[in-house]
Amino acid sequence: MALAVALVLIAVVAVLFQFASPWWLTPLASNWKLMDDTLLITLVITGVVFVAINLFIAYAIVRFRHRPGHRAAFEPHNRKLEWWLTGITTAGIVAMLAPGLWVYADLIAAPKDALVFEVVGQQWQWRYRFPGKDGQFGTSDVRFVSAANPFGLNPNDPNAQDDVLVAGPEVRIPVGKPVKVLQRSLDVLHNFYVPQFRVKMDLVPGLVTQFWFTPTRTGRFEIMCAEYCGTAHFNMRGHIVVEEPERFQAWLAAQPTFAQLAKAGAAAGDVGAARGRAIAQSRGCLACHSLDGTPGVGPTWKGLFGATRTLVGGTQVTADEAYLRRSIARPGEQIVQGFAAVMPPADLDEQDVDAVIAFIKEIAVAAPAKP
Amino acid sequence: MKAPVTSLGTAFVDDGRALPGGHAALDRSPAKVFLAFFLVVVTMLFVLLTIAFLGRSQLPDWRSLTAAPGGPLADASRLWFNTALLVASSIALQWGRVAARRGADAAMRKGLAAGALLAIAFIAGQLWLWNDLAARGHAVASNPAASFFYLITALHGAHLAGGLVALAVAFARVVRTPARSRAGVDLVATYWHFLLLVWLAMFALLASPPSTIEFLAALCGFR
Amino acid sequence: MPYADDAPLHEPRSFVTKYIWSQDHKVIAIQYTVTAMAIGLVALVLSHLMRLQIGFPGRFDISAGEYYQYVTMHGMIMVIYLLTAIFLGGFGNYLIPLMVGARDMVFPYVNMLSYWAYLLAVLVLVASFFVPGGPTGAGWTLYPPQAILPGTPGTDWGIVLMLVSLAIFIVAATMGGLNYVTTVLQARCRGMTLLRMPLTVWGIFTATILALLAFPALFVSAVMMLFDKLLGTSFFMPAIVSMGRQLEHSGGSPILFQHLFWFFGHPEVYIVALPAFGIISDLIATHARKNIFGYRMMVWAIVAIGGLSFVVWAHHMYISGMNPYFGFFFATTTLIIAIPTAIKVYNWVLTLWRGDIHLTTPMLFAIGFISTFVIGGLTGLFLGNVSVDIPLSDTYFVVAHFHMVMGVSPILAVFGGIYHWFPKVTGRMMDERLGKLHFWVTFIGTYAIYFPMHYLGFLGMPRRYYESNYDFIPQSAHDLNAFITIAALAVGAFQIVFLYNLVWSTFRGKPAGANPWRATSLEWQTPDTPPVHGNWGARLPVVHRWAYDYSVPGAPEDFIPQTVPHEEVAVGGEHLRAEAAT
Repeated sequence: MALAVALVLIAVVAVLFQFASPWWLTPLASNWKLMDDTLLITLVITGVVFVAINLFIAYAIVRFRHRPGHRAAFEPHNRKLEWWLTGITTAGIVAMLAPGLWVYADLIAAPKDALVFEVVGQQWQWRYRFPGKDGQFGTSDVRFVSAANPFGLNPNDPNAQDDVLVAGPEVRIPVGKPVKVLQRSLDVLHNFYVPQFRVKMDLVPGLVTQFWFTPTRTGRFEIMCAEYCGTAHFNMRGHIVVEEPERFQAWLAAQPTFAQLAKAGAAAGDVGAARGRAIAQSRGCLACHSLDGTPGVGPTWKGLFGATRTLVGGTQVTADEAYLRRSIARPGEQIVQGFAAVMPPADLDEQDVDAVIAFIKEIAVAAPAKP
Repeated sequence: MKAPVTSLGTAFVDDGRALPGGHAALDRSPAKVFLAFFLVVVTMLFVLLTIAFLGRSQLPDWRSLTAAPGGPLADASRLWFNTALLVASSIALQWGRVAARRGADAAMRKGLAAGALLAIAFIAGQLWLWNDLAARGHAVASNPAASFFYLITALHGAHLAGGLVALAVAFARVVRTPARSRAGVDLVATYWHFLLLVWLAMFALLASPPSTIEFLAALCGFR
Repeated sequence: MPYADDAPLHEPRSFVTKYIWSQDHKVIAIQYTVTAMAIGLVALVLSHLMRLQIGFPGRFDISAGEYYQYVTMHGMIMVIYLLTAIFLGGFGNYLIPLMVGARDMVFPYVNMLSYWAYLLAVLVLVASFFVPGGPTGAGWTLYPPQAILPGTPGTDWGIVLMLVSLAIFIVAATMGGLNYVTTVLQARCRGMTLLRMPLTVWGIFTATILALLAFPALFVSAVMMLFDKLLGTSFFMPAIVSMGRQLEHSGGSPILFQHLFWFFGHPEVYIVALPAFGIISDLIATHARKNIFGYRMMVWAIVAIGGLSFVVWAHHMYISGMNPYFGFFFATTTLIIAIPTAIKVYNWVLTLWRGDIHLTTPMLFAIGFISTFVIGGLTGLFLGNVSVDIPLSDTYFVVAHFHMVMGVSPILAVFGGIYHWFPKVTGRMMDERLGKLHFWVTFIGTYAIYFPMHYLGFLGMPRRYYESNYDFIPQSAHDLNAFITIAALAVGAFQIVFLYNLVWSTFRGKPAGANPWRATSLEWQTPDTPPVHGNWGARLPVVHRWAYDYSVPGAPEDFIPQTVPHEEVAVGGEHLRAEAAT
């Protein structure tokens, strides 16, 4: 009857779906194949149980349906059957748990020769740091964070001077070498998630967390945040590029160190636009406002200065200095059509606002350099 | 008494008991069972607070309440005084309870009133201590140990205040119909002694030297 | 001396004392149920708004902040204010005294207070929709630091009202819970031993004990978060640079919150599941005219699951950054808890085996429960196994899992229970055709919604995403999301059939008589239907047998109510007596 048919169909469709589904694990790009294998074992065991139970019920409700003269059996228990079922279930559980814990034991012990790099998360952007020639990370603390020092590195720690700073959102690592990822957050929980690598771990403010993997093929993979971190959680984007070791070394060598950036920052001094860019990066403005026209949580800054914009409600404004100042200090007052009122007021002092506006002016004129 | 083998399906599940009255799992009045479970709930609350305290205490910014000179509880004499008030309050309630059992209604009323006043004095003493701590620079957000001090004493005080409400209700009943209210007095007295025990445990925790706290934290796996 | 027979139950006289400030457990149960359903409908609409954005991103005027507010309120309402309230406050209040042979709960006044406190908690929660900044958008798990920082919606007032509402709810649940456990322990009528109680009572009783022990953890974490938010303490808040500003907090531990929250949060899911298990056992036994298979084992399994539920919590935290060695422990305990759970599933299915199965609406829902609970529980094995969890956590696999096991199957149990006990509550039957229609659309519909969703999780699509336009996600996945949205809207809208049936049948349903399902348990043996105040008339019932004497060989009818003494029913079979004697 209908329910029995439905249950059989559910079991059949579920199995067919598994084979026909275009949605499956994204192709693996790391050494954690055993994780996939354990998942597959679990799928097979649970799949068999799912099908068996649905089919059993379907059979039972047909065979033992009520009909005139039919009476149920009286069977309060069956100790032997119950112990057998318990035993088989326990065996199934062990069959899944054992490989799972085996893989886990590997997971929590990074190899000693792993290449180490650090991911720094903040609402809503990624930054990265490599230990530099001395192989040591300089100490860091949230208290050191400023527009000029967005990584919060200890300026008095000599180990920090040669740390290679990658302002994000793209980072590169060499293929074929184990890599240990250390993670720091400047504000809330985040999670550095690349589906192709399988492993991931939360970034916890106040702690350093870690995980490791060995990338097994080259490619450019998207990074997503996988721990809810506020309104733009879904837009905390980055890319991780796995490439041949020589190309990686070349790239790494081209990245600035903490010392170099500090010198450049001092040289730039109060030069507005450059400082404005630094502020925009460190304060997270660029997490929502793109520089290249890509739609984001907030309106793009590309071509913004002097342009006309339509606000919610239909009025038109010119994006002049006054408008920009207002939008920075009291963003809720004038919302551009097509965007939501989610921007918190940016707590910038006069000079910083000037610098940011100088930066916005600059990019309206010229094409922006890659951040 | 018939053998417990009755309807076929039940013999193996029937525990064979067939009490003359209804079925009660515990030989206590429902009110006592109710209170007992409530005390379990409140215990759970303070156990969790303790565990949170121990966990937080192992983080680097913890400053001991007792160890530092000028620290919040470097001089715990005020707390001892408040504790004495609470002990006296329990004694008064116990006296009231015993009097209730004896049927000495006047003594019972005196005991309840004295207990209530002493408990109010305890709460006032705690509030005075809060004020004193804040004035000395140990406000609620000054450091995590202080935060826990305020949190724990606040929750204990709130439970005591709730108890005062129950005591007032019991007292009103006692004044109106003494005969039927003795059970209520009994329950309130039990609750009082329980809150005293909770206080003693929390006092011991808050006033512990750092070494004790480290030991307890290690027991919980926080080190 | 048991409470059962000698406490004077003062009879309410006015409309107000009968139906509003009522101390009668049956009225309170209906108050709880109606309130829970009302707020549940709000949460259902919120889920539709969420799905509109997920399925058709950008097409509806839903901003990211609003989206996260819907996500949060939908989750919190469904778990706490609907499911917990309806199973404990609704089913628990109505059924416990009737099933154990009591006249009411042991403390009717406190019982009444618990409902009004629950209602207050609901109103405070609803108020958060109307305060500046709107309700909190921190996710139902309310993790700090983001829950109380700008960057998350509702951090001005919304989060404060949420935490206050939860604290009030916990007080309400405690008041109610103390009543339920005391009544079960102390107010059973003569002959009603613990092992003669129906499994519905065992499920609700155990769930209540879990609630009493677990809610304090939520209370403590809520109060500490309120302190961090309002008083600037640093229980959970480490040093933070938020939106460019250095905050005053420092040194706190976000992971401490997670431990406290999940120490509550995991037993919470069993607070929802255990009553459902109990109800399903009774529905199956009654409608298959067969005793529940392995009653003792079922009781043991409920208690074991309840106990184990306190030692598995950190399987929600495998990638939280906690001490990694905890992963071994919690993966093991989590997979162990699967064993008593599996036993329950086997026993339900073995009850059907060689039964006399009537596919009434309650039975349809019960079978639907088994099927959906099985898939929900099996996917839990993926997530409980620490290394398999790591790629799947925070993806749609988790969303699909917990909806199947917390959303779909317990709701099917609620529906089944309502169709089953409606005749007792009102004296009328619900319309059978509408009931079956309701079942089919809901059962097939929820499979259509949640089965494919697991595969979005395998793919790696993260949860709590307002938009998912990433390159590795194929267009077909977005099309699937659109399909799921349409299915969700359809199934959600279709629930109006159930509501219509509920209201129509209350007034026009076919008169049911005292025991239309011919059930054995005590609630069906009341002298009046619906039961009047005091339930049993002049004399309390006396119980002589367990709750599952269905199709006893040799008995004239295929059921023997618990109140029938042994002398009255001739049962034959020497060999059966001999077996029973061992």
